[in-house]
Amino acid sequence: MENTAVSITAPIAVNLTEEQLSRFTGYPVTLPVFAGPLDLLLYLIKRQEIDITDIPIALVTAQFLDYLALMEALDVELASDFIVMAATLLEIKSRMLLPRPPALVDEEDVEEEDPRAELVRRLVEYQQYKSAAQSLAQRADEQSRVFPRTTAVEGLPLTRMLPELDGDVDAFTLWTALQEVLARVEAVATPAVREVTRPKITIRKQMLHILHLLSASPEGVTFTAVFFYEGREHPLTRMEVIVTFLAMLELIRLKRLVVAQRSLFGEILLKSVQGALPVM
Amino acid sequence: MFMATRPLGLGELAELLNISAPAVRQLLESLEGRYLGMQVVEVAGGWQLATKPQFAEYVAQMHRPPKFRLSPSALETLAIIAYRQPITRPEIEQLRGVNCDSVVATLIDREFICERGHRNAPGRPMMYGTTDKFLQMFGLASLDSLPDLATFIEQQQATTMEGYVAEE
Repeated sequence: MENTAVSITAPIAVNLTEEQLSRFTGYPVTLPVFAGPLDLLLYLIKRQEIDITDIPIALVTAQFLDYLALMEALDVELASDFIVMAATLLEIKSRMLLPRPPALVDEEDVEEEDPRAELVRRLVEYQQYKSAAQSLAQRADEQSRVFPRTTAVEGLPLTRMLPELDGDVDAFTLWTALQEVLARVEAVATPAVREVTRPKITIRKQMLHILHLLSASPEGVTFTAVFFYEGREHPLTRMEVIVTFLAMLELIRLKRLVVAQRSLFGEILLKSVQGALPVM
Repeated sequence: MFMATRPLGLGELAELLNISAPAVRQLLESLEGRYLGMQVVEVAGGWQLATKPQFAEYVAQMHRPPKFRLSPSALETLAIIAYRQPITRPEIEQLRGVNCDSVVATLIDREFICERGHRNAPGRPMMYGTTDKFLQMFGLASLDSLPDLATFIEQQQATTMEGYVAEE
């Protein structure tokens, strides 16, 4: 950067208006005016009133560096991301200056990609989200003119104004329910002498077990009923609880079942998802 | 709905009134355009009674509106998360070309986004998604009511210096 010792008049080189300049020099110096290097780059390109796909890379690079120099002169802490972008611009510029190797005859179809292509792609994508952000801001603005009630009438006890709980069971609630089942298993003393058998429980088997239970009761099955159901052949083991729980999580992940809790601290209910694919 | 402090779900209203959900929907639709100062709005998966925007000035004299203030950086990040969720921070940073640590922290702090589990990728990065509060703040019935991202390609020219307002 040759013009590091830039004075306050340097913005002339970047063609900033008085009003914009005041943003840079005003005290206290606020956070970066641009939301990031892509934002700054987009601004520089826009000002040229040129097509985004045909960036005059030398010009834009020079202006980008001018801006960095200006920020440096003003003692504004620059995010390293700006330096990364400056490096990227310089690299593209140098690649465009280098003569291309003469194309071989049989490689004529393989057209070398414009060095700017990747940057252009990123800019276009970034621009989309930038516009989306502006539209969101507009929405929030409109929404701030609409007033819903946010506080309850004082003195009236709430009976059902707790957040709706249907289908809103979080990981912690499930974990708590699992702990309860495990506690019930551990409460049963393990006999000192017993036959050690190879566990025949698999996640896949337990998934089928849960789906079977659910198909038998369309209104749903409670969390504990998955573990303690009528017609159990063996006493429940810790291994079985864990494998069954994993099977349950897998079915939730596959969107084959949903968990719901009707009331605060209430029993968790498992329900099969309608229209799900048949059992694999 | 006049007494409720949050949007009420269709199923919830049906249960309260002891009628079917489609009947509730029909009733809600019949309310549209009625009631002088109030309107029924669909927001964050439920329905809510709220004042009409044209009376905002009058209401604001008694009740200061919640001050909405997000920096352009935060809005940009929020937009990316809204459209691309669940998304990890490195992915956001790739799109924005800038470090997003503090912006993401701010958005979590204001409950516009929340953690959505880990991505099954090297380093198991945390994924983020938007919350119901986000939908309420932006008056969205659901994420499906976000305008199509493709519509923003056309609006290139509309972006002016207005977008570059320094943070307070």
